[in-house]
Amino acid sequence: MSEHISSVKLYVGIWLALLAGTGLTVVAALIDMGPFNPIVALAIATIKATLVVLFFMHVKYTHEKLTKLVIAAAIFFFLILLSLSMADYTTRLWT
Amino acid sequence: MPTSPAATVQGEAHENPALLHHFATAEQQKDAASLGMWVFLVTEIMFFGGMFCAYLVYRYWYFGDFAAASSSIDLRLGTLNTAVLICSSLTVAMAVRCAQTGKQKAIVVYLILTIILGMAFLGIKGVEYYQKFAENHIPGQASFHLAGHVPRHPDIPVNQRHAQIYFSLYFAMTGMHALHMIIGVGLFAYLTYKAWKGLYGPNYYTPLENGGLYWHFVDIVWIYLFPLLYLIDRHP
Repeated sequence: MSEHISSVKLYVGIWLALLAGTGLTVVAALIDMGPFNPIVALAIATIKATLVVLFFMHVKYTHEKLTKLVIAAAIFFFLILLSLSMADYTTRLWT
Repeated sequence: MPTSPAATVQGEAHENPALLHHFATAEQQKDAASLGMWVFLVTEIMFFGGMFCAYLVYRYWYFGDFAAASSSIDLRLGTLNTAVLICSSLTVAMAVRCAQTGKQKAIVVYLILTIILGMAFLGIKGVEYYQKFAENHIPGQASFHLAGHVPRHPDIPVNQRHAQIYFSLYFAMTGMHALHMIIGVGLFAYLTYKAWKGLYGPNYYTPLENGGLYWHFVDIVWIYLFPLLYLIDRHP
């Protein structure tokens, strides 16, 4: 099989990046950034999740386009769930 | 050559005994299995997504009480557990890599390390749950009480009902995540047994790859749970 095999160096690099991201998100939470605190926390979490999906879950090296389509569709429908729900709940008190 | 039950199907002479007769190539077979696993993970995303959505709505409504409740849970244990889970993801990735490169003994070692890290995560989680019981932070109990006030508002005491909603979500989300971890540990015990039998190698490691996808997914859920549950409005 012509599977892509990632180097140990790459895996350890991703692992260190994920640990650094964890430290960073804790430090960022202890600094007052006003409305940017949750945005920074979610941005760091999304970067970490993206690293896991691309490298540990091998999506970067998959030649199967359907897999990528399935993942994109999942994210799209998840965001619809969140955005339409919040469009309702955040505007209920509007007059 | 690793052997598998697939080798006995239909008796057709293939180069790769793991290749089932209805697939053209081993690559196609592996892609189909991987796609199926991803479709399952999509249902998992929507399953956890419902809880994340409920969390978002209540956090928006009762932000001050959520912040007070979030600050009451143990940040050190949460951070430690995040690190433990990230380490376990590395050992899973290494186990799959060892299958790709044909190091069969190393697969078993990395899988056992993964199980140990997974159980360490569950143990630390158990300590946190024990603390919740000891502190009377169990929603629905008559004795529930979260002392203190909304962060930076000493004049606003914590609304006990809203704090219980936070703890309901905390237990529902971390509990469902922990259940996935328990299933994962069981799954990996099975994979370890099969790997020890020498089933996985460069020609066939699909169960290992798909088990890995599951483990990494559970890791990603925690990557979001950690900042959302532990880090609401923590700053002084």
